[in-house]
Amino acid sequence: MTGPEFLQQLINGLTLGSLYALIAIGYTMVYGILRLINFAHGDVLMAGCYIAWYGVVMFHLPWWAALAGAMALAALLGVLIDQGAYRPLRQAPRISALITAIGISFLLENLGLVVFGGRPKAFVRPEVFNHIYQWGELRVLSLSVWVPVITAVILAGLVFVIYRTRTGMAMRAVSRDMSTVQLMGIDTNRVVALTFALGSALAAAGGVFWAMKYPQINPLMGVLPGLKAFVAAVLGGIGNVVGAMLGGMILGLAEILLVALLPEMAGYRDALAFVLLIAILLLRPTGIIGEELPE
Amino acid sequence: MHCFRWVRLLIVVALVVMVPVAASPAVGVAAGRPIVVGVIMPTTGDVAAYGQMAWVGIKLAHQMRPTVLGRPVKLVLADNKSDAVEAANAASRLIQKERAVAILGPATSTRTLSAVPVAEKAGIPLISPTATNPAVTQGRRYAFRVCFIDPFQGKVAARYAYQVLKARRAAVLIDVAQDYCVGLGQYFIREFKRLGGKIVAVSKCNTRDQDFSAQLGAIKAARPDILYLPNYYTEDALVARQARELGLEVPMLSGDGAQAPELVKIGGSAVEGFAFTAHFHPRSATSQVAKQFIARYQQARQKGQVTEDLTGFHVLGADSYLVLLDAIARAGTTGGAKLRTALASTKGFQGVSGRISIGADGNAVKSAVILKVSGGKFVYVTTIEP
Repeated sequence: MTGPEFLQQLINGLTLGSLYALIAIGYTMVYGILRLINFAHGDVLMAGCYIAWYGVVMFHLPWWAALAGAMALAALLGVLIDQGAYRPLRQAPRISALITAIGISFLLENLGLVVFGGRPKAFVRPEVFNHIYQWGELRVLSLSVWVPVITAVILAGLVFVIYRTRTGMAMRAVSRDMSTVQLMGIDTNRVVALTFALGSALAAAGGVFWAMKYPQINPLMGVLPGLKAFVAAVLGGIGNVVGAMLGGMILGLAEILLVALLPEMAGYRDALAFVLLIAILLLRPTGIIGEELPE
Repeated sequence: MHCFRWVRLLIVVALVVMVPVAASPAVGVAAGRPIVVGVIMPTTGDVAAYGQMAWVGIKLAHQMRPTVLGRPVKLVLADNKSDAVEAANAASRLIQKERAVAILGPATSTRTLSAVPVAEKAGIPLISPTATNPAVTQGRRYAFRVCFIDPFQGKVAARYAYQVLKARRAAVLIDVAQDYCVGLGQYFIREFKRLGGKIVAVSKCNTRDQDFSAQLGAIKAARPDILYLPNYYTEDALVARQARELGLEVPMLSGDGAQAPELVKIGGSAVEGFAFTAHFHPRSATSQVAKQFIARYQQARQKGQVTEDLTGFHVLGADSYLVLLDAIARAGTTGGAKLRTALASTKGFQGVSGRISIGADGNAVKSAVILKVSGGKFVYVTTIEP
C-alpha cells in the first residue's frame, strides 16, 4: 500500500469512527445514568432521521431546523418510551427492562415499516457538507471534517450538563442509588425522563449526520449503527462519554483498516466489531477508560 | 393506568394502519371457485423495490386476464421481508393454508433458492419473475423463471465493457451475502479475462453495508478503467456516490438489480452515465400485449397508483403471471404434474417483455438490453441477443 492510499484510508477510518462516536455518546450516557442498555437507541435514531426527512422534503425546512425538530421530537419519543415501557419496570430486575428495550426496538422497526414503507428514501446532504477538499490524491468530504467538531461540541455540552448543573448532579446521584435519591426529595421519574430525552435527542443528531454521510434512510437503518455504537461504547468503557468517543474512533479505524489491508477478510467486517466486543469483555470488562463498577 | 393507555393507543394505531395492507385485493368476476395463485414478494426490507414493482406488474396482468378455465383467479400476496427464511415460510403458508396452485416469485435469487425446495416437495410449480442465478432451477422439476440467467448477463456486461467501452482494467466490488452478486461477479470476471482484459481488483462487501470507502480506496489505488458492480440498487447508489467523492471517476457498470428508481434518487448526480444490463425497455416493446400492458400501466400512473417509470421488474412480474395462465389453459387443469409439463413446453409465448420459450431446464431464453442513467432517467443503449 502506498503512502497516500494509507493516509486516505486513515481519513476514511476516522470519518466512520467519528460517526460511531457521535451515536455511541447517547447510548453510553443513558447506560451510565440508568444502568439500562437501551437497545431501542438505534431505532430512535431511525425515527429521528425520518422526522428530519419529512422536515426537509415536506415542509422545506433548512437542514439545521430539521435537525433541531428531529432532536426535539425524538426527545419526546424517548420520554414516551420511558413512560410507557420502562417506568412500570423501574423496580423489576434489570433483565426485564433489557428485554423490554429489545421489544421496543422491534416495535419501532415494524411500525416504521408500516408507516414509512419498506423502500429506502434518499436523504439530502446540505451544500455546506457536500464540499470536497483535495490535497493531491487525498480527498475529504467537508461533512467528515464537521462531524468530529460537532461530536466534540456535543461532548463538551454533555460533560457540562452532567458535571456543572443541578439536573446533572441529580442524574449522577440517580446513577448511584435511585431509592436513596428519592428519599432526598428528588423526583427521580423526572430525572430519568430527562435522561431519556437527552439520549434520544443525541440519537437523532447522530442519525441525521449518519444519513447525510450515507444518504439513504429505511426503517431498519438503525440496527447496525446501533449495534456498532454499542460495541464502541463497551470498548471505551460503557457509561463513560469520553470512552464512547475513543471507542467509536477505534472501531471505525479497525473496520476500515481490516478491509484495506486484508481485502480477503472484507466480508467479516461486521464480525470484527463483535470479536472486538468479546475480546474486550474477556480482557477488560470495564473498557479502555471505564471506571470500576460499584458492587 | 397511564402507561397501559399509551400502549393500547399504539396497538390501535398499528391495527388501523395495517388493515388496508392486509386486505386482499383480488375479487373474482366469473363464476366458480377461484383458482388461487400465491405471490411471494419482498414488499418490505432491503430489496422492497423489486417486490413492489413486480407486484404492480402481476396485478396489472391479472386485470388483463382475470379468469382461466372459466374460473376467476385470486392472487394472494405474502411478503418475504427480503429474507430467505421468510420466503420458505411464505411458500409453505401459501401452499398449505391458501391452497395455491402455483407460486409467482420471489424476486431475488437467494430468497428464491430458499422457497424452491418447499414448492418442489409439494409438487407446486414456482415461477420467479427475476431470480437470475443459475442454481435456482438446477436439478429442479417445479422451478421456472421468465428472465435470462446470470452467465449470459455477465457475458453481455463483459463484452460491453471490453468492446464498446474499450475497458482493459476492470475492478469488481461484490456483495458476498447474495448468491446473485457472487455468481454474476464471477461470470463477468471469467468473460472479461477470456476477452483479454485484466481484473485489477476484486473487493467484497455485505448487503446493508453503508460505508464502502475502504474498498473504493483500494480499488482506486489499483487504477481500473471500469468498475463492475453486480449488486442491488441501494448498494450500487451508495458505492457510486462514495466512488465519486473519493475521486474515482471511471465508468460504472452493473446488472439488472440496478433498475430501481432508488438508484437515481439516492445516487443523484453520481450515477449519471451509470450503465447496467436489464430485461426490458419500453422502446423494445412492440407487441400487442406489451402495448396493452403499457397502456394499463400509464392509466394506473395517472391515477397515482404507481409513481415510477416502467421497469423490467414490472414487466417480468406480469410475464410470470401470463406464462402461468397460458400453461393452465393449455394443461386444462391446475394439477401440479400436468401444469409442470405445460410450463416446461412453453414455446414462443408472446409476453410483455418479448417472446418467451422455457426449456426443459426451466429457464427462459431471452435477449438483454443495456440501459444507462441519463438526466436522471433510464435510457436505452442497445439490445444484445443470446
